[in-house]
Formats: sequence, structure tokens, C-alpha cells
Amino acid sequence: MREITFAEAIREALREEMHRDASVFIMGEDVGVFGGVFGVTAGLYEEFGPDRVRDTPISESAIVGGGLGAAMMGMRPVVEIMFGDFLMCAGDQIVNQAAKARYMSGGKAKVPLTIRVTTGAPGSAAAQHSQSPESWFMNVPGLKIAVPATPADAKGLLKTAIRGEDPVLFFEHKMLYAVRGPVPEDPDFTIPFGAANLARAGRDLTIIAIGGMLAKALEAADALSQEGIEAEVIDPRTLVPLDKDALIRSAAKTGRVVIAHEAHKRAGPGAEIAALLAEEAVEYLDGPIMRVAAKNVPIPYSPVLEEEVLPGVDDILAAARFLMGGAKA
Amino acid sequence: MSEHPVSALETISSQPLSAYDPSLLLEMFRRMTLVREFELRAIEERRNGLIPGFIHPCVGQEATAVGACLALKQDDVITSTHRGHGHLIGKGGDPRYMMAELAGRSTGYCLGRGGSLHIADFDLGMLGANGIVAGGIPIAVGAGLAFHLRGEKRVALAFFGDGAVNQGAFHEAANMAGLWKLPVIFMCENNLYGEGTPQHKQAPIADLARRAEGYGFPGVIVDGNDVLEVYEAVRMAAERARAGLGPTFIEGKTYRQRGHYEGDPMVYRTQEEMEYWKARDPVVLFRRRLLEAGVFDAQTLDKVHQDVLHQLDEAVAFAKSAPIPGPEEALLGVYGDTHNGLVF
Repeated sequence: MREITFAEAIREALREEMHRDASVFIMGEDVGVFGGVFGVTAGLYEEFGPDRVRDTPISESAIVGGGLGAAMMGMRPVVEIMFGDFLMCAGDQIVNQAAKARYMSGGKAKVPLTIRVTTGAPGSAAAQHSQSPESWFMNVPGLKIAVPATPADAKGLLKTAIRGEDPVLFFEHKMLYAVRGPVPEDPDFTIPFGAANLARAGRDLTIIAIGGMLAKALEAADALSQEGIEAEVIDPRTLVPLDKDALIRSAAKTGRVVIAHEAHKRAGPGAEIAALLAEEAVEYLDGPIMRVAAKNVPIPYSPVLEEEVLPGVDDILAAARFLMGGAKA
Repeated sequence: MSEHPVSALETISSQPLSAYDPSLLLEMFRRMTLVREFELRAIEERRNGLIPGFIHPCVGQEATAVGACLALKQDDVITSTHRGHGHLIGKGGDPRYMMAELAGRSTGYCLGRGGSLHIADFDLGMLGANGIVAGGIPIAVGAGLAFHLRGEKRVALAFFGDGAVNQGAFHEAANMAGLWKLPVIFMCENNLYGEGTPQHKQAPIADLARRAEGYGFPGVIVDGNDVLEVYEAVRMAAERARAGLGPTFIEGKTYRQRGHYEGDPMVYRTQEEMEYWKARDPVVLFRRRLLEAGVFDAQTLDKVHQDVLHQLDEAVAFAKSAPIPGPEEALLGVYGDTHNGLVF
């Protein structure tokens, strides 16, 4: 299969869906002439024109709210919020409006709205451009949350989001954009929500890795293999809905679970997953559920400070070795 | 005492009554009467225990709601506010489903899931009341964007109050609509109070329509208690929007005769002020005008009033006999696709 980057895979999904369905359009800051600050929408403005690839003012409330109103009127907008940190500027439109419109109206409002947003630390971007805010929105019924970790998943999940009937927060890790991988060319290739990806099979412990942490978990698993420890690596791919059966199945198989994400540890996605496993799979577990996550401080600017705060391969290895009987790091 | 100051901005006057189709005038009177009596009845039924939640009555603001909605076409859409009963009735809402929704019943407009604050009827182009004062404004701009993208000659009108213009969403939405010349009408019902604080303590200007200039579209002021002035302003704004000339901000100067919510102790205003505005009651004024001009006789208007009261008796009876939702209904309808129930 041909290999393309994560960014190209997203662009391909957008392009194909815009050709497939005239109600799909894009709007956001710098998505048009600029091609997106990460280059994701490059070329789409030239291909589809300024109406369907729409540069907006720096107005996150109006970008999301405008997308919501257009979605209610039968469009399928894909709006872009440049940084996950900026989602807070559109907080009301996401949390109080888009998430709840269908329910509050007794099903009269239909909200096929995709909100593409970048997440994670790209390196020295400091505290307002580096956050991983996925779990803030897991607490809001009505939203769906996709966290693709590979180019193929990015394409397949984005198409599912655009073709779906609900508001989706689609989190793209900035450090994944340049990553290459095999991506199917079939224009109807989609990946369902709520279907975890078993990225690596193993018998000794389970690493549940989210978004940008998948590659680090696989790297850790290779290192553990050298020590005779076979780790299973699972990527949930969507946090809402969550494929809890797959997570429980793996926990039951290995009896040991590490959850790795770049969001802050306190009340991050791992807190929810750990609670779920504690409720429904505790009888299978041979040790505590370990979370590998960003430390609970704002993401710092200086590289040494940032590295101290962000979770890495070493942190996954330490948690895994502890569960296998080693000393606590 | 709070009164609306005299404005230096462009104002709009209605034409003489003889210029209007009598059936339109009668329908205006009917809908205004229905809004007024719906509110009074809802207040009563809340006291009686039929309505469990809080309500924000629009008594005194019937002219802005009805005048604006009747100036729109059937397939134009509106976004509404926490004080939204008049907007829904203005757009043609059925009081039976409204009362059932306020009573939390399964046959209410929103199946009992939304209540007064979130009442909606997409078939009538009423995209929802809203618990956030400026929350509906970006949604109206998005609806206008959809019409623009599809080349449809439809208009989206956002109702909001004087309080909402101080919330950021208004600014972002107005700027975007002005920039893109979208077919949107910003319909501000300036009732002199944002919750329990007077307008003059919430903004440094009294004529909120002046803000429109900063967004590159006209701001117009009307007597919000004169249904025909509101009607004319919205009719002209809708023509402008359909011609691709972009948004208009209309400020209807009006007054909220009751509290912010029903039960509000209203310590923040005087009896004298309330009496002043009661003498400018929009329903009373319009009735007097119709009678004085000889368009209708008292008997005709009384009959309209009686029919409205009868309709509301039926609405209350409908709500009382409507099924109460089963607890299992709470989990339905959050998502369009539930992925085999996984999202819960």
C-alpha cells in the first residue's frame, strides 16, 4: 500500500468528502490561502474556492457556532480550531450548544459537525499551545471524541466523523502530521467509532496508548521484548465512544494495565479508563492500574522543563517494569 | 426611573393602518394576545404545579416577537432566548405542544427534555430558545451561512436582549456576519434590564443599535412596543438580506413588565417605573389603535381574545392529559449514531 503522511491523509479525507457531498465545507483560521498553519488544508482553497474553504476571523465562538447553525440547516461543516487550547474560547458553543442541541430539542436539531483541532506539545510552544484537552470534553454528553494515532486511522476516522450525525471533536496530534504510514486509497474507506486497534499483541501486560503516545508505547514494547516482557498495545482510537470490551478483554488476558496519554494525569482520559477497569475488570488485575501522563503543571517552555513534564518512553518502561515486579520509579 | 432616551440614530416609522391588509393586522393582534395570555396562563399553571421549572415571561414584549416573526417568510428561521415563548408563538407555535413541554410531558415540543429554556420547532424555523443570552446568535449566523452557500433567499433572525450585546459571542457573530454580508437580522429586544441590573449599568451607551456601525451594517431603532414599527423594520431588513446586502441590527425599545424570571422579587426597580410602562403596554396600544382607526370593532377583537383564552384552556387540558415520560426515556436521543450504545 502507498504511504502518505498523517497530514496528507487528513487532507485526502477532506478532499474526497468534499467531492462526494456538496454540503461539506471547511472553515477556520488560515485554512484557505495559507493552507492551514500545519499545512493540512494546502491546495483545497485552490480546488474548492473561498466559499467552501473559508478563512475566518479569529473568532472561535463564531467558527463553532457558525458551523453549528449551518449543520442544523443541513450542511456538514468541518470547522478547524487551530490549537486545542483555543477550544476554551468556543466553550459555550461546544459544550452548551452543539453537544446538547439534539437532546434538548427532542431530536429536532441534527448536528453533523466536525471540529478538527490540534492537540499535544509540538516542542517549546509553552502552556497555551501545547495542551491535550481531550478529557475536558469526555465529561460532556453529546460530544464524540476521536484521537487518531496513525495516518490510516486519521483518514478513516475523519470520514466517519464527517458522514456521521453528531458533533465530533477530532484531535490531531501536532507531532504526528509528518509521520508516514500506509493509507488505503478506497474513497469509501472508513473506520468505525468505538473500535479499538490492537496495535501489538502480547501476554504480559497491556499498554493502552492514546493519540501521540501510540508510537512511544510501541517503542517501549520493543524494548520490553528485549527483556522478555511481551506487552500488548491497544489504541482506543475514539475516547467517546470507548471500546471498553476490547480494553477489558486485554486486561483480562494480561492482568496488568498501563495507560499512556499526553494529557495531564489528574482527571485525564486515563482516569476514566482506570475507573472503568476498576469497576468492570478488577478481578482480572494482578496489580494497580498505572497511568503515564503529563505532570500536573502547565506545559513549560524551556526544553529541559518541558521534557520533565511530558510523558516519554522511559516513563512507560518504568511503569511496565514496576508492574512486572520491579521497583517503583 | 428607567426610560429609553431619545435617539439620534435612524428610526423607522410604520405606515398608516390603511396601508396594511386587515387580515395581517388581525393576525398580529391575535398572536400578540396569544403571547400575552400564554404567559399569564403559564405563570398560573406554574403556581398550580403543572410546570416544574422556572420560566421567563415576555409580558410587555409581545410587539417585538410578533412584529418580527410576521415580517419573515415561512422558511426563514429564528434563534430565540430564555424569554422565548413569544418568539415561538410569533413563528406559529402551537400552544398545546408548548404547554406540554413546559409541563415536562412526552408530547411536548421537545419530548419534555428541554422545557421553556430550550423549546424549539425546526418545522417552523424556530431553532431553539437558549439558556445562554448570546448563545443563539452565532447559530443564526451559521444558518445564514448555510443559506448563502446554497444560494437560497432565506433569512436568519437572531432574537436577543440588551444583556446579550455585552457577551463575546455577539461580537464574534456580528463581525462575521458583517464581514461576509450574510442574510442575518440582529433583533435586539432592549427591555432595559439584563437580569436584575439596568441596561445603563451594563453598557456605556443606551442606543445599542450604534454598535452595528462597528460591524459594517446599519443599525435601526424602533419603538419596540409598536408592532407595526417592528414589522416594518424587519421587513426592510429581510429585503436587504435577501438582496445580498448583508445584516441589519434592529433595536426594539421595549420593557419587561414582569421579573427576569417568574418569582423574581424585583427589588431593583420602582412601582412608578412599572406603571409608566404599563401605560405603554404594546397589546393595549395596538388594540386601541385598531379601534380608533375603525379597522375592527370591539366585538371582533373581543372575540379574538375569547378564542385565545379558549385555545389556552385546550392547551392546558392537553398538557395535563399528556403522558409523563418514563424514566428510560432520559437515555434516548443524545446522539444520532449511538455505535451500539457505546457512547453511553
